[in-house]
Amino acid sequence: MVELVRQDMSMNDGNMAGAASERAPRAPMPSWLITVGTVVFFIGLWEFFGRDVNPIFGSYPSAIAVAGWELALSGQLGSAMLESLRPFVVGYLISILVGVPLGLVLGRFRVMEAALGIFITGGYAMPLVALVPLLVLWLGLGFWVKVAVIFLMCVFPIAINTWLGVKVVPKTLIEVGRAFVAPDHVILRRIVLPATLPYIMAGLRLAVGRGVVAMVIAEFFTAISGLGGIIINAANNFDTARMFVPIVVLMVLATLLNSLVGVIERKVAPWQVEIASRD
Amino acid sequence: MGDVSLVDVSKQFTLRIDTGLHTVHALRNVNFTIRDGEIAVLIGPSGCGKTTALRVAMGLETASRGQVRVDGRQVHGCGHDRGMVFQHAELLPWLSALQNVMFGLEMKGMRGSALRDTAMRYLDLVGLKDSANRRPHQLSGGMKQRVGIARALAIDPEVLLMDEPFGALDAQTRESLQAELLDIHTTTGKTIVFVTHDLDEAVLLADRVIVMRDGAVQEIIDVPLPRPRGDLGVVRGMAEFAETRYRIWQALHQAPGAVH
Repeated sequence: MVELVRQDMSMNDGNMAGAASERAPRAPMPSWLITVGTVVFFIGLWEFFGRDVNPIFGSYPSAIAVAGWELALSGQLGSAMLESLRPFVVGYLISILVGVPLGLVLGRFRVMEAALGIFITGGYAMPLVALVPLLVLWLGLGFWVKVAVIFLMCVFPIAINTWLGVKVVPKTLIEVGRAFVAPDHVILRRIVLPATLPYIMAGLRLAVGRGVVAMVIAEFFTAISGLGGIIINAANNFDTARMFVPIVVLMVLATLLNSLVGVIERKVAPWQVEIASRD
Repeated sequence: MGDVSLVDVSKQFTLRIDTGLHTVHALRNVNFTIRDGEIAVLIGPSGCGKTTALRVAMGLETASRGQVRVDGRQVHGCGHDRGMVFQHAELLPWLSALQNVMFGLEMKGMRGSALRDTAMRYLDLVGLKDSANRRPHQLSGGMKQRVGIARALAIDPEVLLMDEPFGALDAQTRESLQAELLDIHTTTGKTIVFVTHDLDEAVLLADRVIVMRDGAVQEIIDVPLPRPRGDLGVVRGMAEFAETRYRIWQALHQAPGAVH
């Protein structure tokens, strides 16, 4: 038992990042501080050099902030964001509901993999922009064509990541299920799915970025509206600072969604964070 | 009511090495019967087929020829009559120790309050009652394997199949687990089939040692040590221990040509 107690203590040490160690080494700089530092440095650089550029050919952070403030005050930014986010959320959720089970089945069943795998790999590389006119013919210019574009962009990275994750689930874990006579669907749900979660979450993160791009594409090529609409209209008026506002907003939005997925990941797969380590 | 036999079992794999296909005979006409309540150890150099024989007995591999009988009945595939302890425990990392034990029970169809109570009882049996809520990465190697043993025992199988379960543990943990396994065997009376490549371990645990080589049973050696074994430190000093160990050593080192 002594051995176990000692191990407990060393585990606690690890959690406290060695705070109690004798030599008290300098605490490492927290990651968020490093990130803030590089962002501030980049914005400063942009501000410094951006001011010298003709405002039609480029813009700089303070001008974008002013334009953003005006857009926000007029209520345009808020309503455009809402208009963009609705199809995004719907398309993203459908792609999870389709992509995850598809990936699980593809990874687990050889026949399904042989029959459908090629469409998934091919679909991932599909030049979606080229298909948007066709989608408009099918679905019109409204809400659902946007959902379709976002779905088509998001579903493939999710399915492919899940598929890949299933393929690398240790064979021995599946044998645990077989040894205890678990039926196939139980093995899939209770062993393969949780073992694949880190890969699924990685797929969800990739899909956030692609989904945001898809959202703007949809707004460019269907009914001009939402954040993409602001970009197009501002660009047509050579109002470059205003054009940058939705772009910055979208990037911030994608980053926030990404960290949200990260938070969810720590909630649903806490063991992964605890097992994995950079050192 | 817990004997397990391999009857004329052969097993071939096809391997692709570079450009050629090679047929590997993992098992050739293996015959043995493990009696009810005994501990049988399969020993041999790596590649001798001992693990394959165990996996065929479990039902994780199918025999190319021959049959597996448990309690006189021929079995196909895995069953709740056999419990498997894996080489590296193979606990499900997202479940706590208790939930890992419960997993096996749930697969057997147990529900409700009995599920938790039974799992707890078996965790207690392996001395891990207080660590029930820890997840595998918070357990030491020895503790993980204890949970693995509890998981296999909890479904109350007739035969416990163990695949080099202590091979990855440090010497001290290994010794304490050997003693614990013998205690568990005394209290439960389970038939145990145990794979190892460790001579000492084989003699300490076994009633009979099945020496394998090149996919065939080379010799079956009785271990004339008393049951229960008691203090294993004392057992190691017994003349019978050394004699049996030497006999097994000799069997392992016989010229391969003499076998066929």
